[in-house]
Amino acid sequence: MSPVHEITGAAAIDPGVEDVLKDAALNRLNEPPADQTMVINMGPQHPSTHGVLRLVLEIDGETVVSMAPDIGYLHTGIEKTCEAKFYQQVVPMTDRIDYLSPMTNNTAYALAVEKLLGLEIPPKAQWLRVLFNELMRLNSHLVWLGTHAMDIGALTVFLYCFREREQLLRIFEAVAGQRMMTSYVRIGGLSMEPPRDLYNRIRTFLNDFPAHIDEYEGLLQNNPIWINRLKGVGYISPEDAIALGLSGPPLRAAGIDFDLRRDMPYSSYEKFQFQVPVATESDVWARYILRMQEMRESVKICLQALDGMPEGRYVADAPKIILPDREQMKTQMESLIHHFKIVTEGFGVPAGEATSSVEAAHGPMNYYVVSDGTAKPYRVHMRNSDYANLQALETMCKGRLLADVVAVIGSIDIVLGAIDR
Amino acid sequence: MYDPATAILGKDAVFEAHPENAAVKALTELATDAKYDRDELTLTVARENIVAAMRALQQAGYNFFEDATAVDWYPSEPRFQVTYHILSHKLKQRVRIVVRLHSDDASLDSITSVWPAANFYEREVFDLFGIHFGGHPNLRRIMMPEDWNGHPLRKDYPVEGYR
Repeated sequence: MSPVHEITGAAAIDPGVEDVLKDAALNRLNEPPADQTMVINMGPQHPSTHGVLRLVLEIDGETVVSMAPDIGYLHTGIEKTCEAKFYQQVVPMTDRIDYLSPMTNNTAYALAVEKLLGLEIPPKAQWLRVLFNELMRLNSHLVWLGTHAMDIGALTVFLYCFREREQLLRIFEAVAGQRMMTSYVRIGGLSMEPPRDLYNRIRTFLNDFPAHIDEYEGLLQNNPIWINRLKGVGYISPEDAIALGLSGPPLRAAGIDFDLRRDMPYSSYEKFQFQVPVATESDVWARYILRMQEMRESVKICLQALDGMPEGRYVADAPKIILPDREQMKTQMESLIHHFKIVTEGFGVPAGEATSSVEAAHGPMNYYVVSDGTAKPYRVHMRNSDYANLQALETMCKGRLLADVVAVIGSIDIVLGAIDR
Repeated sequence: MYDPATAILGKDAVFEAHPENAAVKALTELATDAKYDRDELTLTVARENIVAAMRALQQAGYNFFEDATAVDWYPSEPRFQVTYHILSHKLKQRVRIVVRLHSDDASLDSITSVWPAANFYEREVFDLFGIHFGGHPNLRRIMMPEDWNGHPLRKDYPVEGYR
């Protein structure tokens, strides 16, 4: 009998405890719990599970024996809802998948539909997509660093990270009118031209940002508590990482040098110069160092995008797919008709299937869109790294202390919106 | 704009146009149908061969399992299309593997023996489409509650209102 049984007794079991025991029995497959182990519940309201992740942990003293993630608390059926909407109406749905990098989601979806349509995107729109994808990476990594450090006990870093994130959110608000659910990247280009002084604002932010990264590192890098909590924790071998589908920064921290931006470029990434940081230690510390380097590289990419920003249109020339300019719509009959048709009937997409793949802050993000030739997608499927990375959590935590679970969850950087969809 | 004439359809046509593709070489025997459309290779495999096909791909350098999902073509038959995306880090290319299933026996073998990463994805397809994966270590619902009736991503399951 486990201690939980002894303490509570069959009649006095709370419904919650009963659930945990039942889940533990189901997840442990064949072997029954050993006599000296205890099953405990972590989440879904635990502050360091980064959302509504629930873990059923079997512990022996302080050591983790086994673990089963229980997900679905944030399942909103986005994939089903997408099937009932026009192609252009799906864009705001995608914001809510990985809500820390909405424009990356938009880009991935837009790329898949553009592939189905065979639409060419003008260079300026591609450059702006690169610029905002990288700013989104900074945004997401700042939230990761702040919350990760807070989980470990360094509360100050959180406040510093959110100070910079606030500047980023103001930039997003200036360009899209929304701080978080931007819906800025649309099928065929972008929703609107960036305001005139925006590039200078972004440049000012980027010029200051490397000094801020130094500041975070000054708070953490030589802190003995931070070092001891991170180094050697959450190891996973490269073979296990591949087998369990680990991707993104944790995979690169395991020594596998693969980055979609460089290896399978999209949206003109091949025209940018940047390094892909790789580490071999494959522990929480390596993932921390790697993401800090990624932030520095992102700053470089953003500056290149600003320096080489091409002139021209910010949307493709496809009047039957892209909403016309507001001014034109009010003065030209043709544009008014197109506007009316797109809003009321949508636009047909040639039948077929397409997969787009972008390197989001959390790792590769794929959108699989199937069209049956009508104005509504037949099937939209999102593949986010968060979902696959969660499978590797048990391998990283097994045999380690319970307190390390918190550090490891922080290091795989999950967003439950992207897992449950 | 997309031109449907650019799509290469049929096993013979695709294998003739892309004889050097590693996935085409690996699945010369096992593929039953093929499509090369929008620069993407799709190979169809019979459901009893799925594990053998995945092993052949793994040996051909497609080392990374990306995802598994399904499409419901209700009311036509074969109703379900199970889609796998497999990536090669070395070759820097992706292949899409498709298995078609009839609604009267919507089941196929689990590929968790080839890639343990398929575990959650197959559970998701089981949960939302009701497709059974034989040999899966823990085939339970993952998104919906345990006692839920029905499979939400099926086309005969309404988006709103009562089930």
